[in-house]
Amino acid sequence: MQSDIFAKRKKDSLIFFSLLIVVTVGSVVITQYDVSKGFTSLLKAFIWGGSNFYPDGKSLTILPDVLRKLWDTILMSIAATTVATVFATLLALVGSRTTRMNRVFSLVARGIASLFRNIPLVAWAMVLMLAFSQSSITGYLALFLGSFGFLSRAFIETIDEVSNDSVEALSATGASYSHIIFQSVLPSSLPQMISWILFMIDTNIRDATLVGLLTGTGIGFSFDLYYKSFNFHAASLVVILIVITVILIEMVSNTIRRVIM
Amino acid sequence: MKLELGVNREFCEPLLELKHVTKYYHGAAPALEDINFSVAEGEFISVIGPSGAGKSTLLRCINRMIEATSGEISFDGVLISKLKKRDLRKLRTRIGMIFQHYNLVDKLSVIENVLHGRLGYKSTLAGVMGRYSPEEKQQAMRIIDLLGLHDQVYKRCDQLSGGQKQRVGIARALIQDPKLILCDEPIASLDPNSAKIIMDHLRDVSAQMGITVIVNLHQVSAALKYSDRIIGVNQGKIVFDGSPSALTAEKIAEIYGSESNDLMVELGERYAI
Repeated sequence: MQSDIFAKRKKDSLIFFSLLIVVTVGSVVITQYDVSKGFTSLLKAFIWGGSNFYPDGKSLTILPDVLRKLWDTILMSIAATTVATVFATLLALVGSRTTRMNRVFSLVARGIASLFRNIPLVAWAMVLMLAFSQSSITGYLALFLGSFGFLSRAFIETIDEVSNDSVEALSATGASYSHIIFQSVLPSSLPQMISWILFMIDTNIRDATLVGLLTGTGIGFSFDLYYKSFNFHAASLVVILIVITVILIEMVSNTIRRVIM
Repeated sequence: MKLELGVNREFCEPLLELKHVTKYYHGAAPALEDINFSVAEGEFISVIGPSGAGKSTLLRCINRMIEATSGEISFDGVLISKLKKRDLRKLRTRIGMIFQHYNLVDKLSVIENVLHGRLGYKSTLAGVMGRYSPEEKQQAMRIIDLLGLHDQVYKRCDQLSGGQKQRVGIARALIQDPKLILCDEPIASLDPNSAKIIMDHLRDVSAQMGITVIVNLHQVSAALKYSDRIIGVNQGKIVFDGSPSALTAEKIAEIYGSESNDLMVELGERYAI
């Protein structure tokens, strides 16, 4: 019996890896992607980057302007996340199995969360651009809608997994629905929810770059501008500043997570 | 003491009465079938039976955490089965409940969890904000002291041991000022020593405060040692209802069916504990 299990494991992993190889080779053949050429071009790209894509003394003169744009971008990402948090929490309470008022609303809420979560940010930006043209409100709304979808899904799962038992206990004491939400569900879920919010903020700062590129606002627009005018030194300065910011934000959020968990 | 209770049972209005209570889940077999019993004030009752016999369902039908399919349950002169949501909440404030997995809000402190027992008495706003009166806080402190948790008052509950968590559970039930406490397998996740402490506290609650206690138990030995009365359940039916001294080996065999052989040893230890 025991040897059967080991034989089965061996067979399973053999099947898995064969499938993986077939799928990989298949996709390469179908798309006619030249693997070796891909890797050599990558090397070339690095060499080009090393010789052109670095900030020089002259590019530092744009620093104040870029920093201001970066600051705008950070604030916009935070605002999009916090406002999305409020709406996502409400939707999650309706959607979660533990806190739902009835099955139909819950299903609808989960549907909305999935829909918003599965529409790519770029698609949001493009669609919103039709309505608001290239402006910062377009960028803000795109980030907001993306965060709303993602956070709703994350919060629904958090509430489902965290607070089942204590909800039962509190309803047995005669506590009302709103008592249970504020005294049991939210305190239990809060650390994990904050963790998701922090994750969302640093994802949004990264994504804001891309959205800015499309909507002509914030740090993404600066990058686009310098890049398209062949000012590679300035463009590289922008990239480096974004990387530093994201790392800093990540460090701050890790510290906060350690404290609250 | 026991004799007096027996007399009470006949002459006084029972605190809790179940009549023809039946519960069907989706399956064809009933989880509870025609359950009838009444409970006098101050009694300490153990409900025993094999896993899946319907002990948990029975307990939860009493405070309607699970809705019975049919039958009548009355508590303290009120017909529970007919209550509207609002009145049901009011009634639940008089029935405490203790769980196998403690069911505390782990991220909150001991005192906050204990005070949750007062939520049923609060207005929406006061409950949402977690505003408790000085009297309620003092009462919480007294109960916490009583249960020997004085040093843990401001600790977060995820830092407590299982036995301590269960004592917080008891404190949360006590601050409700209940007439009845329902305990669903309160010692099933505890080591023998903590289990003894919890059972001793439950006995004190019953004997000294006059609160009626109904406990679901896995351990026949604990049921024999602590209860005034034992109810044996098998496949959703009551197959035994009587004093611990009347619980013979044959009766245990009837309650537990094929599982009973392992339990005979425990019965032999009846007077050893």
